[in-house]
Amino acid sequence: MRASILKQGNVLIASVQGSMSDADLAQMRDELVGDVRRYRSTGVIVDVTMLDVMDSFAARTLRGIAQIIKLLGATAIIVGIQPEVAFAMVQLGLTLEGIHTALDLEEGLVVLKALGTEAHER
Amino acid sequence: MNGELIVPIRADADVLVARQKARELAKALKFSTGDLTLLATAISEVARNIVTYAKQGEIVLRLVSQGHRRGIRVVAHDQGPGIADIARAMEDGFSTSSSLGLGLPGSKRLMDDFHIVSAPGKGTTVTMTKWEH
Repeated sequence: MRASILKQGNVLIASVQGSMSDADLAQMRDELVGDVRRYRSTGVIVDVTMLDVMDSFAARTLRGIAQIIKLLGATAIIVGIQPEVAFAMVQLGLTLEGIHTALDLEEGLVVLKALGTEAHER
Repeated sequence: MNGELIVPIRADADVLVARQKARELAKALKFSTGDLTLLATAISEVARNIVTYAKQGEIVLRLVSQGHRRGIRVVAHDQGPGIADIARAMEDGFSTSSSLGLGLPGSKRLMDDFHIVSAPGKGTTVTMTKWEH
């Protein structure tokens, strides 16, 4: 299942679906990178609320996405990691160190604003 | 107890299938959402190992009981290249691919019982169990 990517002002919002294969995740990464350049986005929110499992591959891919977005000059935030998913990630040893996270989409937009990449039209 | 499911693993999409089948099978047990997530995450790791290192294999999911305990047993089996140094493969951060090297040691932490048998050229079998609490 493919991720849906929405554009809201300067911010791109990518919603990860519950059953995304590795290829789907890689495609989402490529589309996000293309869209950041195309729309000159300053912030990217990756919403993983629907994700029931974050294994080491998914975490590595998300970390890679955040790092690429950062290198392009934008800020990436992962939002919506479910409590039980977070617990499993810690047990597994996944930390997503250095990656911005927020409780949900709403909070993610607040964090982006605080970081100076708010979603205003330009 | 009866109930056994065999999930062939040949591509990364099969990792999702294995996870989903385990959740369905586990419905017969009293697992918390948290335990189901731990189980699904561990299955994801060992299934992914099969895809990455052996290209193909299978995951057998089985309901088991031991005295009054009930649980789900996961056997991940492949006839891939096998692991030369199991002790190192069980260390956090050790990987012969570009992965994070958390799959095996992480899965052990996620499950209650964990056992691995492997030798170069003989494939790998991981047997792990999650019990009801």
